[in-house]
Amino acid sequence: MFLNHNPQLNKNGELHHLLAIDGLPAGVLRQILDTAQSFVGVTGREIKKVPLLRGKAIFNLFFEPSTRTRTTFEIAAKRLSADVINLAVNLSSHAKGESILDTVANLAAMQADMFVVRHASSGAPHLIARHVSPEIHVVNAGDGRHAHPTQALLDMFTIRHYKQDFTSLRVAIVGDVLHSRVARSQIHALATLGVPEIRVVAPRTLLPTHVESLGVHVYHDMAKGLKNVDVVMMLRLQNERMEGAFLPSPQEYFKFYGLTADKLALARPDAIVLHPGPMNRGVEIDSDVADGSQSVILPQVTFGIAIRMAVMSILAGN
Amino acid sequence: MKIHIKNGRVIDPASNSDAPRDIFIAAGKIVALGNAPAGFNANRTIDAAGLIVCPGLVDLAVRLREPGFEYMATLESEMDAAVAGGVTSLACPPDTDPPLDEPGLVEMLKFRAKNLNQAHVYPVGALTVGLKGEQLTEMGELTDAGCVAFSHADAPLTDTQLLLRALQYAATFDFPVWLRPQDAWLARGGVAHDGQVATRLGLPAIPACAETAALETILLLTRETGARVHLCRLSSAQGVELVRAARQRGFNITCDVAIYHAHLSEMDIGYFDPNCRLTPPLRSLRDRDALRAALADGTVTALCSDHAPVDDNAKQLPFDAAEPGATGVELLLPLALKWIEESRLPLAQGLARVTSEPARILGIDAGRIAVGAGADLCIFDPQQYWKIGPTTLKSQGKNTPFTGFEIKGKVRHTLVEGQLVYESR
Amino acid sequence: MIKLPDAEHLLTALTAQMRPHVTPPTGLVGIRTGGVWIAERLHAALQLAVPPGTLDVSFYRDDFDAEGLKHEIKPSQIPFEVEGRDLVLVDDVLYTGRTIRAAMNELFDYGRPRSIRLAALIDRGGRELPIAAQFLGAAIEVPASAQIELARDAHGRLSFVLHQD
Repeated sequence: MFLNHNPQLNKNGELHHLLAIDGLPAGVLRQILDTAQSFVGVTGREIKKVPLLRGKAIFNLFFEPSTRTRTTFEIAAKRLSADVINLAVNLSSHAKGESILDTVANLAAMQADMFVVRHASSGAPHLIARHVSPEIHVVNAGDGRHAHPTQALLDMFTIRHYKQDFTSLRVAIVGDVLHSRVARSQIHALATLGVPEIRVVAPRTLLPTHVESLGVHVYHDMAKGLKNVDVVMMLRLQNERMEGAFLPSPQEYFKFYGLTADKLALARPDAIVLHPGPMNRGVEIDSDVADGSQSVILPQVTFGIAIRMAVMSILAGN
Repeated sequence: MKIHIKNGRVIDPASNSDAPRDIFIAAGKIVALGNAPAGFNANRTIDAAGLIVCPGLVDLAVRLREPGFEYMATLESEMDAAVAGGVTSLACPPDTDPPLDEPGLVEMLKFRAKNLNQAHVYPVGALTVGLKGEQLTEMGELTDAGCVAFSHADAPLTDTQLLLRALQYAATFDFPVWLRPQDAWLARGGVAHDGQVATRLGLPAIPACAETAALETILLLTRETGARVHLCRLSSAQGVELVRAARQRGFNITCDVAIYHAHLSEMDIGYFDPNCRLTPPLRSLRDRDALRAALADGTVTALCSDHAPVDDNAKQLPFDAAEPGATGVELLLPLALKWIEESRLPLAQGLARVTSEPARILGIDAGRIAVGAGADLCIFDPQQYWKIGPTTLKSQGKNTPFTGFEIKGKVRHTLVEGQLVYESR
Repeated sequence: MIKLPDAEHLLTALTAQMRPHVTPPTGLVGIRTGGVWIAERLHAALQLAVPPGTLDVSFYRDDFDAEGLKHEIKPSQIPFEVEGRDLVLVDDVLYTGRTIRAAMNELFDYGRPRSIRLAALIDRGGRELPIAAQFLGAAIEVPASAQIELARDAHGRLSFVLHQD
């Protein structure tokens, strides 16, 4: 069994890999948020680049396809003046049966400084981090159902931007928590940053049996779950859920758990709405809410680039 | 060859005895205990001072990986590993490739094993053809070829009507059936126990009811048919409760637990350690403690290794893609000793779980030390620590959650039918 | 034992040096943190048209591989158009010149200034790049093993602090 040493931190307690929010001290999370603040300023300039990671090679290893996330990591890396190489691994040698570790070993031999990894299996970035040489940093861009740390960090940055103080907030996470790496990371981040009340709202089929052990209050009734919350975090519903007998139809899901204007009205009047994207309009969220005044979904995207710049900078410097 | 084992502490769980005694062996049998027979001239004397002499271990599940999985391990390497672990009789599950569903395959396995002159190998035949769960195998022919029981290994057996027929057929001829209680539908897609760890790590989960639902069905059908059933690899507290209740009602059903479930839990998965990818999965601490208590109070009478060597590449994968299984035949003795010591049981009582009781389940005359019995013995140093790792394991499979651990209990000599089949320095 | 100069006296001298040479549209840019305090005081004394800017320079330093990112990074803010403007960079201690090099690189990513001059409260020598201050409070000698820093008390009074390694 693996010893209890946190594989994300080096001997000095500094971030060496970003694999999950679970296990990171609040100080590390705040360092990332504070650093990202500076990068937001950079993206507002004419020259949106800084020379910080010039000469560094960042490899995007996406074993699971994703244009959005890969593009934001690529933009972030380029704004740091790093060289970016994209590998859509599902199309290349991986399909021929080359194992993850063989792929990684071949790439490491090409002088990689950092791997950004997305994979359908929980724990794949941990496996890679255990096998790369000590100078290489690994960033988890989403693994199975386990974690999506950069998404959670940009969500925290967004909340901080609009609400400032985490310690007085009520936050509701609505949707398929069972299958969501975003939700797990969000829950850990909210808890670590001191949010006193974290709620999950979903039907029983979409909640892990032991979800309360993560430190959340469970609601099956969305009206009760949204009452007086300051932040509503919507999760994406995937089509496969209808196939696995988790839900009968998207229509019925929308009836009970879709975010409409009148459900949002039960939250506080200044509540904000987040969504990791891409949205399924009319399934988990109504268009008038998605495009409405309380939605901060577009700023999330901008903040996402700054957060990824911050993560890559901090890792590369440690 | 005449052998005299002197100065050893002889423990025989079958007679509940634990005393210093000399043992005298001739023509493959124990001819005397205590005093030498008249005119006995030993060819070889083994000084077992400071060591324990117990019956050779009987392991109910040791995968030899032949035929078909020679890239994982070979008959030679795993038979070497068995005697290095003090195991002198082993039952081999039918999940080879092809599965042991034809007499020819069973005969070949027995033949190859016999020629190695190491542990006795007792093949367990496949209950259905190809382990596909559709058609019964020729249990009669397979028994003639050497099968001691029939099982479905870890392959799903979802057709309950077929299970009923299989039990009826086996009961007709009193063939033992070994079944692992797992509801294939409830366990579908899962790789870890449905508990706090799977929730946190985002691993597809197997609920405990996957075991108990299947267990209820098996118990009912067994009572219906009167078949002789043995339950393999219990893993949950609720499962133990069901068996205990059944036994208390007079239902004489036996069961075993694998060594890893007696010691580990879901907490040991840590940061996705693929060595903890096992089937059945490691469950909660509460389940582990219930299994240990059941082993102590006799609800569960046998501890086995569930030996499943896999090649390294199959483990160097994300948790859900890693091949399940752990090597373990060499760890059966030290892990049994660890459980015995931690449970504060007398050695004679605890060692029954790996000697006389599995022998009884297998229906073989083994696992005991008595005048006239076969000289299958394990001589070990109960105090010697050794470090578990690729260089100290003889099995071709090095995959165990205990890699790097120092553990007590080192086998010094193993005898099968009075022959020294293993000696360590 | 080094005699530390009086920062307030130096600031008065620096202001007097700069007054005849700095026009109202000039942009002052203070380098964190000491340079920012000085730029704020200069701005008030010189009555310039545009507020002072602040630069963090963390993303432009040349020692990233060895030192990594420092923990306290604040956003740089330039509240005026850099393009075509005369700028004065303001720093507390001029030493190797590397911070000024990084600051100039950062400024050029905002636009093309008409000119850049440097105002420093003290010059401790030890230059490793061809950089010089056009406006200077005083030149002093500090041993390489010591660090000299600007401090500001609750009343806004500036003073120098010495750290010996």
